[in-house]
Amino acid sequence: MMRVFWAELSRDLLLAFRHKGDFLNPLIFFLMVAVLFPLGVSPAADFLAQIAPGVLWVSALLATLLSLDNLFKSDFDDGTLEQLLLSPESTYMIALAKACAHWITTGLPLALMAPLLAVMLFLPTQAIATLVISLLIGTATLSLLGAIASALTVGLKKGGVLISLLVIPLYIPVLIFGASAVQSAVDGLPVTAYLAILGAMFALSLVLAPFAIAASLRVSVSS
Amino acid sequence: MNMLKKQLMPKWFYQMASPKWCYKITGQLLPIFGCAALGLLLLGTVWALLFAPPDYQQGNSFRIIYIHVPSAILAQSIYITMALAGAVGIIWKMKIADMVAYACAPIGASMAFVALITGAIWGKPTWGSWWVWDARLTSMLILLFLYFGVMALYAAMGKPSKAARATAILSLVGLVNIPIIKYSVEWWNTLHQPATFTLTEKPAMPVEMWLPLLVMLIGFYCFFATSMMLRLRTEILSREKRTAWVKELVTKSSVR
Repeated sequence: MMRVFWAELSRDLLLAFRHKGDFLNPLIFFLMVAVLFPLGVSPAADFLAQIAPGVLWVSALLATLLSLDNLFKSDFDDGTLEQLLLSPESTYMIALAKACAHWITTGLPLALMAPLLAVMLFLPTQAIATLVISLLIGTATLSLLGAIASALTVGLKKGGVLISLLVIPLYIPVLIFGASAVQSAVDGLPVTAYLAILGAMFALSLVLAPFAIAASLRVSVSS
Repeated sequence: MNMLKKQLMPKWFYQMASPKWCYKITGQLLPIFGCAALGLLLLGTVWALLFAPPDYQQGNSFRIIYIHVPSAILAQSIYITMALAGAVGIIWKMKIADMVAYACAPIGASMAFVALITGAIWGKPTWGSWWVWDARLTSMLILLFLYFGVMALYAAMGKPSKAARATAILSLVGLVNIPIIKYSVEWWNTLHQPATFTLTEKPAMPVEMWLPLLVMLIGFYCFFATSMMLRLRTEILSREKRTAWVKELVTKSSVR
């Protein structure tokens, strides 16, 4: 079981490393969306500090959303996905490995780059640690939930907008608790409750989402 | 194995799987539910608007509750029905269950929409604003978005059997939202008031107020059953149009 997981994970990571655009594009998108707010709304430092938690979380969510389209696409196009599902190995583990690889290539770099943007948006320094932790847990949930929608739409020609439509309702709770955690840190309030709920959502989706991903992939691959 | 299965599930469950039988039985049930819906909704509306006493704080503006509460309850019930029908469709590969799920989605979406609109209209005189971002309202809005997602996925998928399985998975995932809506007024300190109806406790409203509400609620359920069966029957005919019994039915009715 674990052997399949590691094999699939290392394969996906290697592929992502060879196509550097796969994990650079969401990062650049994250940077650019966050830059739009000071330019479009107001560059005043105290105003930016107020909206920074929400802006950073929304930008991270949109960047994750953008990267979902490619999650299964190339494997579906060249028939790898069908072979994976036909193999006697556990589809649960394959689905988990795919979501995990997606997180490592998008969520993890997003969370690590967030402090840079936090400084640019004048987020108070005491909130930066919470921002990174909440993004680390939150983007993992986003990857797992997003993989379900990506798996459902992979066989469709016009999947792009549809993915957003399917996945945003599922993303809203993560956004609410993620942004609230950072906001509480800015206000100097305890953040453990929000982080615990984020962790609970992560644990739930970690256990259940791979079933839904595997079932969705089977639907998409079936003619 | 077959014998064992037959004991596990009631007989009607297997009969329901036949589109022809389902078409026949819904044809018999339709007038009953249709009349009940019409009668109960008329009775409930007249009772609620003319005879129920005005609220001592909100005056007559509270009367929108007779649309708001039933539509909000229905929006959630229909979502659960849709998800369960989808699950039955996946597990037993039952075409009728797929069609039930398909028939539910637009009705549920319109119920969620009505609940949000009436809530906004009610919110203006009571809270002083059309919309507040509290947990109940937000989770209800998410429910509406989930319905939109399910309908969009139906529209995008070509083949009905494949679309049914895909949307069933999506609606089962979205089922997580239902307890969040239900308990949002208890978990968070919201502006929205707690539930009007609970199964276990006596309602806090006087009898003259909640009895018409109950009538309206049952009327709404009957209305849902009626419109769902109408959509289901149309769907059965269009998906089974190549079978002999549908051809026979259509040719016979065109003669008449």
